[in-house]
Amino acid sequence: MTHVAQPLGGPLLTRGYRVLLGMAGIALLLIAWRFAAGLGAVTGLNDGYPWGIWIAFDVVTGTALACGGYAMALLVYALSRGEYHPLVRPALLTSALGYSIAGVAIAVDVGRPWFIHRIPLRPDLWNLNSALLEVALCVMAYVIVLWIELAPVFLRRWAAGGETGFTRFARAATRGLNRAMPFIIALGILLPTMHQSSLGTVMVLAGPKLHPLWQTTFLPGLFLVSCIGMGFAMVVVESSLAVLAFGRRPETPMLGRLSRAASITVALFLVFRFGDLAVRGQLGALFAAGRYSLLFWLETILFVLPALMFLRATVRRHLGALFGWSCILALAGALYRFDTYLLAFDPGPGWSYFPAAPEILITLGFVAVEVALYVAIVKRFPILGGPSARSGRVEVTA
Amino acid sequence: MSVDRRTALRLIAAGGAAATTTGAVRGDEAPAPPPDAVGLLYDTTKCIGCKTCVVACHEANELPPETREWGDGLYDAPTKLGSRTKNIIKLYRDDQGRESYMKEQCMHCVDPSCAGACMIGALQKREFGIVTWVKDRCIACRYCQVACPFNIPKFEWDARDPRIVKCELCRHLLARGEKPACVRVCPREAVIFGKRDELLAEAKRRIDSEPGRYVPKVYGETDGGGTQVLYVSHIAFEKLGLPDLGDQAPSVRARAVQHGLYQGFVAPAALYVVLGAVVLRNRKRIGNTDEEDDA
Ligand code: SF4
Ligand code: SF4
Ligand code: SF4
Repeated sequence: MTHVAQPLGGPLLTRGYRVLLGMAGIALLLIAWRFAAGLGAVTGLNDGYPWGIWIAFDVVTGTALACGGYAMALLVYALSRGEYHPLVRPALLTSALGYSIAGVAIAVDVGRPWFIHRIPLRPDLWNLNSALLEVALCVMAYVIVLWIELAPVFLRRWAAGGETGFTRFARAATRGLNRAMPFIIALGILLPTMHQSSLGTVMVLAGPKLHPLWQTTFLPGLFLVSCIGMGFAMVVVESSLAVLAFGRRPETPMLGRLSRAASITVALFLVFRFGDLAVRGQLGALFAAGRYSLLFWLETILFVLPALMFLRATVRRHLGALFGWSCILALAGALYRFDTYLLAFDPGPGWSYFPAAPEILITLGFVAVEVALYVAIVKRFPILGGPSARSGRVEVTA
Repeated sequence: MSVDRRTALRLIAAGGAAATTTGAVRGDEAPAPPPDAVGLLYDTTKCIGCKTCVVACHEANELPPETREWGDGLYDAPTKLGSRTKNIIKLYRDDQGRESYMKEQCMHCVDPSCAGACMIGALQKREFGIVTWVKDRCIACRYCQVACPFNIPKFEWDARDPRIVKCELCRHLLARGEKPACVRVCPREAVIFGKRDELLAEAKRRIDSEPGRYVPKVYGETDGGGTQVLYVSHIAFEKLGLPDLGDQAPSVRARAVQHGLYQGFVAPAALYVVLGAVVLRNRKRIGNTDEEDDA
């Protein structure tokens, strides 16, 4: 069976789509207000909690949830599992969107975004000790790499049609890209390896403000392994959603095998997590009363349950179960990141943070834009593989 | 008597020419205080809580008043450090009910987390080891706030073009050969200015000369890798809100991780070469499964 990807077609401006656009519009207005009145006017941020949900969710969690492209590239190109190839392109698209939106979120979050271009353009000012510098540079580069990896999809559509200068350019670009692609793919593996681990290193500098259950020099390793697990989980989630929303044929067996890869990653994560606590002599803190040990166990349970479930053949054969448990695994990784950046971060007495309503609405707006762009692109460009269940060319799998 | 006057004079004599920019520290070594390091020494037993230094700091740094309405009046009454307050006097009470004033401002760490955090060197340890902020470089990412173990850098949350605000040891006054404003106005010499090593010696002399009067420790000598602002106190330091950081600066660990992973970018470069080779081989083996790509 071939997996020729094709555009879904169909109308764009459905009712659901209008809701998404409405949410994006509200967020846009609030962002305008943020730039007019300052960050304090729209956020719950303060000098004790200078980073809130825009960083913890949109950037730190958002990019990890967008690691599907990274995880699949690792599997297909680094580990040579060619059979997963049909999953690569949709994963790349969600990654490109997720990372691009994270970039926009950073520009809204920093106080003086009009100086952001200095980070890539002024190497003479770089502080090479700063993990955040590494994150910033790699994320910027990775956004570009992701869109280049996807470029053939767009170029092919533009290459169709008569002999104009533009179509000739599109064809030449496609050929050139095809040749350069292995090295771009390698970059697409290297860059997330670097910045996803550095997102962990960033919080090492928070020192004693981060609770000892989370504060460790091993943060980069833990962040890296967990983002790969989240990447696998999100590929399953997105593929199942494509079945539900667009009536694609379920790729259940393939997703089932993928979920096993997720299990292995989670096992690795847990070995590192507990091993690190043991080495640092912090295992006792796991049984201390209070919200920190509670958060830790919640995290751990959310990791362990899906990993165990994916070992069961009945779960792996059932798309709904795969979807549900993958959501939980993604949630586990998200909670681990939220804990590290917010919930286990304590600047001392007298400080508290809860996101303000406009802050939450802006984050929801980002999510809406992401979904809206995804839907528009899969309807107009060949992203999703396999024939549509509606097209009549299906062999229905049980 | 006052260490600070001698040093201030010496600084004038040097004409501020000792402008040795301290470069970023590499690797996991813990830096020593720079040879020209200056700082403050605050003595809780001398402070009477008059807050003259708070007012003087405001004035010297041209900060707007921190207005607050109470009852029928409007007061300039900051209660904590903020974007309009670089210096604050607080009152603390320990378990035995003993009270102590406490002066809070930037500690001018020997190995500052804030500077280690800052991506493009807006915050850096510059001349005299003073940790200063350069507006032109700051993108207001606030990582310095996340990193500072003393919660010192403050942000202008209501500004369209926000700044990071913190004590810079009145470097503009030092440049003119004057002492920091808080030191100049203190009626009890509870806070004095001087070279760090001289202040440290003075602190130890005070502790030794009146046994029992002070906690036998100078906060900042080694805490968090050492600070250029030092404290002697009659009540436990943690009761004054000073965190127990151990002797190692958090930035030492962060640098060790960062440089351990990157090895001066040799590690990522090597990984890239390997990945490139593997992908090239595997892509051939998988076959160019993007069949339409060649159409
Ligand atoms: S006290 Fe905070 S702001 Fe001051 S130098 Fe140390 S880390 Fe930087
Ligand atoms: S807010 Fe400014 S000074 Fe602080 S770390 Fe970011 S760029 Fe540096
Ligand atoms: S040295 Fe200057 S800026 Fe710092 S607390 Fe004293 S008066 Fe304020």
